[in-house]
Amino acid sequence: MEKRVVFRSAWLPYALVAPQIAITLVFFFWPAAQAVWYSFQLQDAFGLRSQFVGLQNFAALFKDGNYLASFKVTAVFSVLVAFFGIGISLLLATMADRVLRGALAYKTLLIWPYAVAPAIAGVLWAFLFAPSIGIVTYVLKGFGVDWNWIINDNQALLLVVIASVWKQISYNFLFFLAGLQSIPRSLIEAAAIDGAGPARRFWTIVFPLLSPTTFFLLVVNMVYAFFDTFGVIDATTQGGPAQATQILVYKVYHDGVKAADLGGSSAQSVILMFIVIALTVAQFRFVERKVQY
Amino acid sequence: MRIPQLAVAVAAAFAFAPSAQAQTEIQWWHSMGGALGEALNGLATKFNASQKDYKVVPTFKGTYPESMTAAIAAFRAGSAPHMLQVFEVGTATMMAAKGAIVPVATVMANAKEPFDPKAYLPTVTGYYTDLKGNMLSFPFNSSTVMFYINKDAFKKAGLDPSKAPKTWKELVAAAEKLKAAGQPCAYTTSWPSWMHIENFSAWHNVPIGTKQNGMGGLDTQFSINSPLHVRHISMLGDMAKKGLFTYAGRTNQGDAKFSSGECAMFSGSAGAQAGIKKAAKFDWSINFIPYHDDVKGAPQNSIIGGASVWVMGGKKAEEYRGVAKFMAFLSRPEVQMDWHTSTGYVPITRASYDLTRKSGFYDKNPGADMPVRQLTNKAPTENSKGLRFGNFVQGRTVIEEELEAVFSGKKEAKPALDDAVRRGNEILRQFEAANK
Repeated sequence: MEKRVVFRSAWLPYALVAPQIAITLVFFFWPAAQAVWYSFQLQDAFGLRSQFVGLQNFAALFKDGNYLASFKVTAVFSVLVAFFGIGISLLLATMADRVLRGALAYKTLLIWPYAVAPAIAGVLWAFLFAPSIGIVTYVLKGFGVDWNWIINDNQALLLVVIASVWKQISYNFLFFLAGLQSIPRSLIEAAAIDGAGPARRFWTIVFPLLSPTTFFLLVVNMVYAFFDTFGVIDATTQGGPAQATQILVYKVYHDGVKAADLGGSSAQSVILMFIVIALTVAQFRFVERKVQY
Repeated sequence: MRIPQLAVAVAAAFAFAPSAQAQTEIQWWHSMGGALGEALNGLATKFNASQKDYKVVPTFKGTYPESMTAAIAAFRAGSAPHMLQVFEVGTATMMAAKGAIVPVATVMANAKEPFDPKAYLPTVTGYYTDLKGNMLSFPFNSSTVMFYINKDAFKKAGLDPSKAPKTWKELVAAAEKLKAAGQPCAYTTSWPSWMHIENFSAWHNVPIGTKQNGMGGLDTQFSINSPLHVRHISMLGDMAKKGLFTYAGRTNQGDAKFSSGECAMFSGSAGAQAGIKKAAKFDWSINFIPYHDDVKGAPQNSIIGGASVWVMGGKKAEEYRGVAKFMAFLSRPEVQMDWHTSTGYVPITRASYDLTRKSGFYDKNPGADMPVRQLTNKAPTENSKGLRFGNFVQGRTVIEEELEAVFSGKKEAKPALDDAVRRGNEILRQFEAANK
């Protein structure tokens, strides 16, 4: 039997959701609308003169081969961050779920990195992997690997992916752990009695039952990779070498905040906004069908 | 917006500084952290103690781009500081913002403070002066790029440590010997665009851009793909391939590679001396940057880096009088000498340079006068008095990206510099359109 609460008053439900709507309007819709408005304008840094230029900012971006190249970098970067972020935390969560002794300490330690700001995470990893003085670099040299992300673009990309993934693992871990704990033990035990090994139990029972969590995390991690990682990039490679790690959101930050080019930067963020909207819609339409709630 | 702010300011004045009622406060936003910040605060304290009418309040606002962004946001909200320290690449942006800034020459003239632009070193003021000779911003901390060698490493490689390479030919030869002697890194650089494009051009008296390096108008274009530029950058690319040049990054990462002993030769800011003095466990020397000896007229003079202080618009006349008094104070030879000797930045007036020399500082600290001597090596030409390109923060990023493509072997020097010019010019056109 479903139990529904129905408000008698016509205005009360609206009044109750009003604070949430107000926050969304002020902190999400207003800035977004402002970005759209700025993207049609050409302004000097101080906002003393501004002129309406229509789609000129967008035309300039799409004429720029380097901007188009940064789409490819962003795609590779986001897929790597989402895949490894979800994969590693799923592994850690399944392991943590089986730990009997010291589980609390283990789980607490895994959640820690989430409290670290992206820029700090970037600096930490940049130190570990610093081309001439980093500890990891020293170890890699022992294995005959010449580690220098300052000039090697694949290594630079690898570094920012590692730092971004590390930062996001805790968040994913929390959700997976909660998901795992909500799977009824009886199902797994029944499968074990039927003779299914741990791997088979995982792929036929646990993984499908976790699919809503995995899907949610896929969306969240994609958004994270698209928007939240500029701190990591700024603290490590700053988009270099050449443009090997210049993802779209970093260019938005660099052009808007550092170089005070508001029109160009706003146009880029509008494009980014549409990409993420399209991606989210696509994920809900096509990926969600495979999800079993 | 205005009224609550005023109320807070008044309340604060009564609550915390009852004696400061009669004083006019001058806000100064800057980007000098650590020891440099202490030296800057010292200047303000000394000025405040020297008179009763004005109080300069310095506030650290983060890195150069951060404090500039903060000031722009504050200006848009109507609460800009009186004075703002802006790095040299932000000069064109500030200069174009008529209405947001007041030229220093105007501030000084209105306050009737004695002010002679000729008292300042021409390479320093040239950077911050318009074509009519009006000083737009006050040159505060100026440095230039220098060439350092590790004398111990030279000795080990069988080179004469008292003779630092003077030309690029000599530098390559020395690098080969150093490498053969097992030096892990022969040569590196900090600030690649500043050293290998901007100062390189001035030092060889070739233009970085048309219209006197952008000083003559917003319709300037980059000219850094000349045969000489291509030859130099492709030489560096070759050196990188042979392991004679190690790229360190876009900012001052080269400093640590030199002071740790990893690299035996290094080009970086004159301001790197303090750090090297502290960290280096070897004998080193500071020298003029190398040049190509077959280029006529080279070496010319190098150009400055660092920052200047801009006066923001929309303040009261009384406050501007305080700003003018403070700038007159900063120009005093003894104040300049103090700043120069404690920070390593170059003295900005001839008088302070002479005073420092007479004090015997240069005899006790050999090499400390090298930056000034390199800056004043010859009277600056149109190509060597500085540069003024709109939105050069983005422009420099473009140059550095293309240089990295050459150093990593992805691109040849010619196409890379052609691309830098094309992409750089697009930024200049956009700036021109936005500031018409």
